[in-house]
Amino acid sequence: MATAIELPTRQRLGRRISTALLLRPKLLLALLLVPPLLWLGVVYLGSMFALLIQSFFSIDEFTGMIQRTLTLRTYAELLRPAHLDIILRTAAMAASVTLAAAAIAFPIAYFMARYATGRAKAVFYLAVMLPLWSSYLVRVYAWKLILAKEGIITWTAAELGVEGWLEALLSIPVIGGTALSVSHVGTFTVFVYIWLPFMILPIQAALERVPQSIIEASADLGAPPHRTFRNVILPLAFPGVVAGSIFTFSLTLGDYIIPQIIGSSRLFLGQVVFVQQGTAGNIPLAAAFCVVPIVVMSIYLTVAKRLGAFDAL
Amino acid sequence: MDSAVRFRNVCLRYGKVVALDGIDLEIGSGEFFGILGPSGSGKTSCLRLIAGFDRPSDGAIELHGRSAASVPPYDRDVNTVFQDYALFPHMTIEQNVGFGLMVKGVNRRERRTRVGEMLEMVRLEGLGERRPSQLSGGQRQRVALARALVNRPSVLLLDEPLGALDLKLRQQMQVELRSLQRTLGITFIFVTHDQGEALSMSDRLAVFNRGRVEQVGTPREIYEKPATRFSAEFVGDSNIVERLDAGLRSGERGVFSLRPEKVHLSTREPAAREHATSVAGEVADVQFHGASVRYVVDVPDGRSMTAVVGNLGSRAEQPAAEPGTRVWLNWSSDDLHRLRESESG
Repeated sequence: MATAIELPTRQRLGRRISTALLLRPKLLLALLLVPPLLWLGVVYLGSMFALLIQSFFSIDEFTGMIQRTLTLRTYAELLRPAHLDIILRTAAMAASVTLAAAAIAFPIAYFMARYATGRAKAVFYLAVMLPLWSSYLVRVYAWKLILAKEGIITWTAAELGVEGWLEALLSIPVIGGTALSVSHVGTFTVFVYIWLPFMILPIQAALERVPQSIIEASADLGAPPHRTFRNVILPLAFPGVVAGSIFTFSLTLGDYIIPQIIGSSRLFLGQVVFVQQGTAGNIPLAAAFCVVPIVVMSIYLTVAKRLGAFDAL
Repeated sequence: MDSAVRFRNVCLRYGKVVALDGIDLEIGSGEFFGILGPSGSGKTSCLRLIAGFDRPSDGAIELHGRSAASVPPYDRDVNTVFQDYALFPHMTIEQNVGFGLMVKGVNRRERRTRVGEMLEMVRLEGLGERRPSQLSGGQRQRVALARALVNRPSVLLLDEPLGALDLKLRQQMQVELRSLQRTLGITFIFVTHDQGEALSMSDRLAVFNRGRVEQVGTPREIYEKPATRFSAEFVGDSNIVERLDAGLRSGERGVFSLRPEKVHLSTREPAAREHATSVAGEVADVQFHGASVRYVVDVPDGRSMTAVVGNLGSRAEQPAAEPGTRVWLNWSSDDLHRLRESESG
């Protein structure tokens, strides 16, 4: 009996809250947005700001103590040839990984968006996403074995009698090395593999939004397939390519595990940040290095916007 | 009359679905040809075959007397105004209209002139720098038209081009399209499910039903002499008269169509019964349409017939009938038109 009386009052309370919120849309918005904004603002942006402020401090070279006075000295250190080298190497790697990923991803995304239906589409989605289900480290170590001097690639090349090509590739200065697993070629290969899904999915989403009738209209107006691709499909898919490249580019800029496991002893940005804030204890320099990807990404997005990458959005 | 498009026993199947089932059709050069039918009757499939987006599963399509079998869409002298307009969202109006000329390698100066002329013709001058998203539905429709016509095609396909427009704008565009077609002399092939539009705009039209052609003819022929029950019921309103005892010349049997406006409704019992047939009934429903009034009358045998009476105002011979009023319907047997049963049922 008690519940029978209580239930309607509860319902009435629920309805009252609903009505109150309905009449005060701003309050509802505030209730929905404040918790995530607090999380994003305080925890994420706050800690990032705390890190960035460190970059304006400097380290006393004798005592190793952090001097809490604002200075640009640490930033000047970034411009030392050894550091500049690291920045340029990382940016070049990120750019080439992005280009390669886009080139490989586009046809796959195109097929998924425009041709695959039903089961085939599901299989493709699964194939693209499946690698993301297993640990990143497992996959990177698997690649170390694949690329090793005793690995399957060297073996296959030898069996096919094309080991000369492999040797020629590895003898190229800077990107080569004694084996794929200890060369920049290897680092590049693994980066492309690991970030590929992040490139395929946005391109696929962009292509899926292009109505079939627009492609037919292009042909109808006299454009052969390659013109339709260049003048219609590519510009409309470009925001997807840019979205994908933001992932591949920024992820490559910041990663410190892949170059550590696969690659030469030449350092990448992420590794320097890792070393400087850890073993070296030079937090200001690590923080200054952290600013680099942010600046590079800002430049990258500005250029992309200038090129009209977001016009079709 | 040269033929612009000819279908020879064309079939189109998607898997097990039959979209077109043996179409034979000839569309003359310079004709304004309407394709009318309910949704799913195969009208749009027909356009897609002419444009080259699909290939017939069987049969052949000829464009200006030549087989189109191996001609891809981009080599056909045919342009389409798409149902959703299919404007390129990333291009300005000027770039949209100039696209066909650009891919054909027409130089920039000539392109500018022709695009300018075209925009003027569809009364969109000054909007060339805008994006499609900044235009209204009616304006987009004109852009789609200009984008197709700037290429001076020999055949223009229009797939329900007025479907998304409101009534006033639609009527205005109907007049404009018609006069544009007369000026340009291009063959227009126009798909619609709106019978009023098809009747008022087409030189000739084909009535489609379930992937087959029910009837081809001028609007007047199709309205006055519907060939099949489907034609009679889809185009305009029709009373299907199956075996009314009165008024049929002796021995005539079959199914007849009788247009409601040819039925005379009277509240007085008719005296003479010479050429007219007559049936008594009771008004079941009165629908006021403004210019006319539609009466649904229950007649014996549990059937009902409709009569449409012009809203004559003070010229009316008798007061309007209310539901429940006893009335007499009569008509001339000349207005009965014998139907053949639809092949596709």
